[in-house]
This record gives sequence, C-alpha cells and structure tokens, in this order.
Amino acid sequence: MDFPDDLKYTEEHEWALLEGDLVSIGITDFAQHQLGDVVFVDLPAIGERVETGKAFGVVESVKTVSDVYAPLSGEIVEINSELLDAPETVNNSPYDDGWMVRIRPDDAADLDALMDAASYQDFIEEE
Amino acid sequence: MKKTVLNQTHRDLGARMVEFGGWDMPVLYRGVIAEHLAVRTAAGLFDVSHMGEIQVSGPQAQVFLQYATINDVAALTDGQVQYSALCYPHGGLVDDITVYRFNAEKFMLCVNAANSDKDFAWLQQLALENPGDYQLINRSNDFAQLALQGPEAAAILSGMTGVDLLCLSTYHFCEGDVAGMPMIISRTGYTGEDGFELYCSPAAAVPLWTALLEQGASAGLVPVGLGARDTLRLEKAYALYGHELSEQILPLEARLGWITKFEQGDFCGRDALLAAKTAGLPRQLIGLRLTEPGVPREHYPVWAAGRQVGEVTSGTMSPSLRQGIALALVETRVATATSALKVVIRGREIAAERVKLPFV
Repeated sequence: MDFPDDLKYTEEHEWALLEGDLVSIGITDFAQHQLGDVVFVDLPAIGERVETGKAFGVVESVKTVSDVYAPLSGEIVEINSELLDAPETVNNSPYDDGWMVRIRPDDAADLDALMDAASYQDFIEEE
Repeated sequence: MKKTVLNQTHRDLGARMVEFGGWDMPVLYRGVIAEHLAVRTAAGLFDVSHMGEIQVSGPQAQVFLQYATINDVAALTDGQVQYSALCYPHGGLVDDITVYRFNAEKFMLCVNAANSDKDFAWLQQLALENPGDYQLINRSNDFAQLALQGPEAAAILSGMTGVDLLCLSTYHFCEGDVAGMPMIISRTGYTGEDGFELYCSPAAAVPLWTALLEQGASAGLVPVGLGARDTLRLEKAYALYGHELSEQILPLEARLGWITKFEQGDFCGRDALLAAKTAGLPRQLIGLRLTEPGVPREHYPVWAAGRQVGEVTSGTMSPSLRQGIALALVETRVATATSALKVVIRGREIAAERVKLPFV
C-alpha cells in the first residue's frame, strides 16, 4: 500500500493535499482496499460548506455504504464529476485521478492537525 | 462462530472473512465484481459447506414431506431435485429449501445455514404432530459442500469424474466419484449459470477444492466469496431468506407461487395461503432498476404517487448491467398501476422503473 509523503491523513482514512490556496481531498489507499470495488460516489454540490469531521460525501462498494468526512472546514469549489461515471477510479488511483473534492479552506493551518504519512501508517497498523 | 473445513484454505488464499448466519465465511478473495464476472463468463468455485442437510427416510418419508413442504414431492423421480419451502400454519416461511429424492424412501433437504437448526427443530415438531414410519436425521455435520458454477463448469468437472455429465440434466443429481472421492453430484446452483453442487465428506473438501481449482485454472476458474454469490443470485432474482423471505412473508408474495402446489393435498400452511390468495395479496415482490445513478439497499423506502408504497428487500449495483437493481416488496395496487417508482436514498428520491425479472 502506498502513502505519499506530501499528503496529510485523517483517522477516518481521508487524505488532504494543499495545492495553492485550495485543498484536494480523497480517500486513502488503505480505505479503498478495505472497501473493495467502489461502485458509486456521492459528492456535495459546489458552493456547499464542509465542516471538520462532518460527512460531506458517500462512497459505496458492492456491499457497503461509507461516509467520507471532511479533514478540515471550508467551501467546496470543485468536485471530481468523473467519479460519477467511473467510480472504480477511486480504487485504481486513490491519490490522483480518484480525488473527490477541492475546497477553499477556512484556515489552511488546520492541516497541521492531521497526521503525516508515517503517523498514518502507524495508525492503521494499530487499528 | 462455526467454521467450515475450508476455513484455513480461504485464509491462505487471502480471503476477507465475515460472519454469515453464525459462520465465518469468505466474502471475497480478489474482488466481488471480478469474481461475479468470472462466474458469468467462465467459472467460479464456492465453499457452501455452511448449508445444512436433513435426511428424511423410511416408508412414509414422502407422506411426511408432502405435508411439511409446499411443493409436490410426489412429482419427484429418483435422482431429481426440487426447489421448495417450509411454511408455518399461518403461511409465513420457515425456510426455502431443495428436496433431493434418492429413492421412494430416502430424501435429503438442503437448507439455509442460518436456518439449519431452526428447520430441524421445526420438522421434529411437525413429526411429533404427524407420527409415521419415517425418521429425521440432521446430517449437516456429515457434509461439506462446494459449488462449481459458470459456463465452463461442466467442461472442468468432466475431466475429473467418470460420471457422464451429459446425462445429468438441470435439477438432477447422482452419486459418483470426483477426483477419486465419492460424493453427491447435483446439477443445481444459486447463480443462474450452469453448474454443480458437490456434497462430499468433510475430509474430502480440501483435496476436492484444490483439485478443482487446479483442473479449472486454465478455463478461468477462480474462488468466489459470498459477496458475489449475493450479486449473482440477485441479478437472477433468486430470493434469499431473511430478505425476500421470512416468517412474515408469504411465498405467494415472494414470487414463489410456482412452487406452492395447492393441488398436492394438505400441507402445512395450505389453508392460510389459500385464504390469502382468495382474498387477494396486498403486496408483492417486484424488480426495480434505477434510471438515475445510485445503489438501492435493503430497507430503503419505495415511493410512488407521493407516498411510501413498500421497501427494498435486496439491492445492489449489478456488476453485469452496471446499474442499481433491487427486489422490493410493494403494494400490489401500485405495482400493477405504475412502472415509475422512486427509491429513497439518503433522503433523495431516485427514479426507478419496474422491470421484468430476472434482471439478467
């Protein structure tokens, strides 16, 4: 499993990446592996607000329905609508093509509260 | 939790294990969709040793089964299998089963894993009320069961048995050797594909599993978990106890009218079922296909004309159709009046249409 060093991670298995003044969000390689074949992704509308730790979307595998939680608060400025037609992209490319939303964070410094790759790896090994 | 004799074999294959009906079972090995498609296009191997087997034997075995089951046992010939069900006096379902006739005095019922003990206790109670020259034996621990399913199943199995599979037609069985081990070879399954269910001794299960996977590898045979078993049966609209079938659901509501043989004579539940049929059934099981993106799931409400008219009993994203499909128990009036319904998913009404079954 792959955990890029430039990402930040949550205990709910989302990743976040600061790109300019926006933050991209998706689910981790560990999460997609646990879910199995992703068959549906439900994303919020552009302009909606997301709050740290609150569900903003849903990812469904054949057998399960899982919420996706916001790693930090902000406003949705972009969604990956490709996932609506090709949800399996979340399995195939969880960190790149499988990104879910981009938000304009209230405060990008909130990212500091998240885990780095090494801490996240320790976390999932303990789980 | 109970384990089949193949438990360690599944773990060695990297299966993800889940609890199902009190059993520790593989839900998937490589992935539900890949396993599903392998069964539709080539072949899959399932461990279904959790299923229960109940033997009914003796001169009056058939008389007892004619009362205990809703289908017509007298229609069976030696070596034939029949889909049937056990009902309570009020018509609700104890279980859906298959009945194997070895000869006029020996039958075997294959029952759902989670219902196995309940079914046996129920049959014993019926036997007390209907004494006769027959005996019931719970033989669930005497059998392991593997299901080999898919268009390549017969070609794979024919290389491992002396039995002429061309002479073994659908819903028939025989006793014979596979990979040199004696077993019951039944041309049945729960996937809608051609295939076999092999009942062997628990000691034979691991060598049989290994031999089948080896023999079938070049034909595309892969191990398949309960995840794909569920999507395969749902695409074919086969009922699953605990979902489409329950103590509160009549077989007539669940599309099992074709196995409810009122003309066979008296059977447990007959009076109630006949009365319900005469009065008209208020609800029925239908097939829905979502016409908008989404995945219908069990218990999601079904709406029509601005109100709830039923709920989903089983739903999934169909791997074959790549669309959301569902079986739903809905008001008969609505089901016959409109084909445009809604499934409520997380508070949103998603458009669905009633479709003919099976889905695939």
